[in-house]
Amino acid sequence: MIIWDALAGPFIEFGFMRRALVGVLALALGGGPIGTLLILRRMSLMGDALSHAVLPGVALGFLVGGLSLPAMTLGGFAAGLFVALASGLIARLTPLREDASFAAFYLFSLALGVMLVSLRGSNVDLLHVLFGTILSIDDAALILIAGVATVTLLALAVLYRPLLLECFDPLFLRSLGGAGGMIHAGFLALVVLNLVAGFQALGTLMAVGLMMLPAASARFWARQVWSLAAVSIALALLAGYAGLLLSYYGALPSGPAIIVAAGVLHLISIAVGPHQSLLMRYRTRGV
Amino acid sequence: MGTGLTIEDLSVAYERRLAIQNIAYTVQPGDLTAIIGPNGAGKSTLLKAIGGFLRPTQGRIMRSPEHGAVAYLPQLAEIERDFPITVSDAVLLGRWRRIGWFRAADAADREAVEAALAAVGLTAFAWRGVGTLSVGQFQRMLFARLMLQDAPLILLDEPFAAVDQRTVRDLTQIILDWQAEGRTVLAVLHDLDQVARQFPRTILLARRLIAGGPTETTLTPEHLEAAAAMADE
Repeated sequence: MIIWDALAGPFIEFGFMRRALVGVLALALGGGPIGTLLILRRMSLMGDALSHAVLPGVALGFLVGGLSLPAMTLGGFAAGLFVALASGLIARLTPLREDASFAAFYLFSLALGVMLVSLRGSNVDLLHVLFGTILSIDDAALILIAGVATVTLLALAVLYRPLLLECFDPLFLRSLGGAGGMIHAGFLALVVLNLVAGFQALGTLMAVGLMMLPAASARFWARQVWSLAAVSIALALLAGYAGLLLSYYGALPSGPAIIVAAGVLHLISIAVGPHQSLLMRYRTRGV
Repeated sequence: MGTGLTIEDLSVAYERRLAIQNIAYTVQPGDLTAIIGPNGAGKSTLLKAIGGFLRPTQGRIMRSPEHGAVAYLPQLAEIERDFPITVSDAVLLGRWRRIGWFRAADAADREAVEAALAAVGLTAFAWRGVGTLSVGQFQRMLFARLMLQDAPLILLDEPFAAVDQRTVRDLTQIILDWQAEGRTVLAVLHDLDQVARQFPRTILLARRLIAGGPTETTLTPEHLEAAAAMADE
């Protein structure tokens, strides 16, 4: 019973802990599959870059409307989409490769975003935007996150096959007359959408962590796309739960605590996961 | 049932550098044609233009019938070979026109996959991940997918690069069967002995068309020298 009290007590006792857990569940449901696809498409770094690209948009929203959910969300979504499209366009029109173009945009965006927030806000506001406030998440934000998760899962259900095919064998998809470019754009929009949802809870710096770390860990546990996505969701949820407890008992900021938990799960996956982990490597060598 | 091709004054450029220039050639329905030439001669470019993946800078390619399906085998480097998909599912992609974005595979689809896997000797590998296959096995799997596509025009970009001799022999037989069925096949190849033995027609490229037509009149020392000289320019 003591263990039960320790593990479930904070969530039974406090509404804000329950809300945070629901938020994490919704983030995991959308972010798990998106992160899995980002890795399969070798776009992990682009996810990272896009998460920073959201910042100046959020900051503009903040300048206009203060800590207002619709203004910051809309700004973040617009900025993310703009950078995604601009990077793709620059990669096509100039010799700069898409990943280099993303990197350039993201450094620029991060600096610009911090500057914009500082124009009006305090350091507390800046921390709020960068690291999120999942423990004080309100109904509107929860509905937004859950809505994004719903849209993401439905859109992925529709785009699932062409998305995977475009990543496995892009020329094959094109030989069937498939619109690879449109599918890529739709996918990038989903990535931005999930990052904007994640920023509410975890901040622009940490949002991508709950997307990428569980997805990167999943490959040590599963071997097919659907199971990779399912494991990502489970690991993200576990990280969210463990991180919230960590932040509760340690009086630590919740966003970073959740990502640290995801990081620990990642290290465990690398060490002892059933597929190609260090442990398996050691065993198959029969040492 | 094969597709005929008329290539008229075709040029294709990448970033304003011409990869192929002023190609004119006619492929009769049912032709089995090898595309050869030195490195950088534009062989893959020509194949991609025929497949409709590259837009001509100049000239055009006409297919007859116009809307027949095209089955295209990419170079291995253009495929994600570690992708988490089973051999069976990868071959099933050949039935995309029937299955598409949403339909489930039915018994007929599954049987077709089994038959194609048997034909390329991969039955035992059906449920393995594609990442576990050797280069030769991977190429066999892609040929099984091509079989399911059942297309009148088949384009093969370096089907035998880094593939073991036995696989080359088995897959060549499949290509000859396709020709016997009346399909039009174009393949980018490097092994000139194999071209001379098994491919009735040949296109020799070095950015421009050096020669094209029956293999015995195309694969002459003079033509090959001319191609090598143009490649060195």
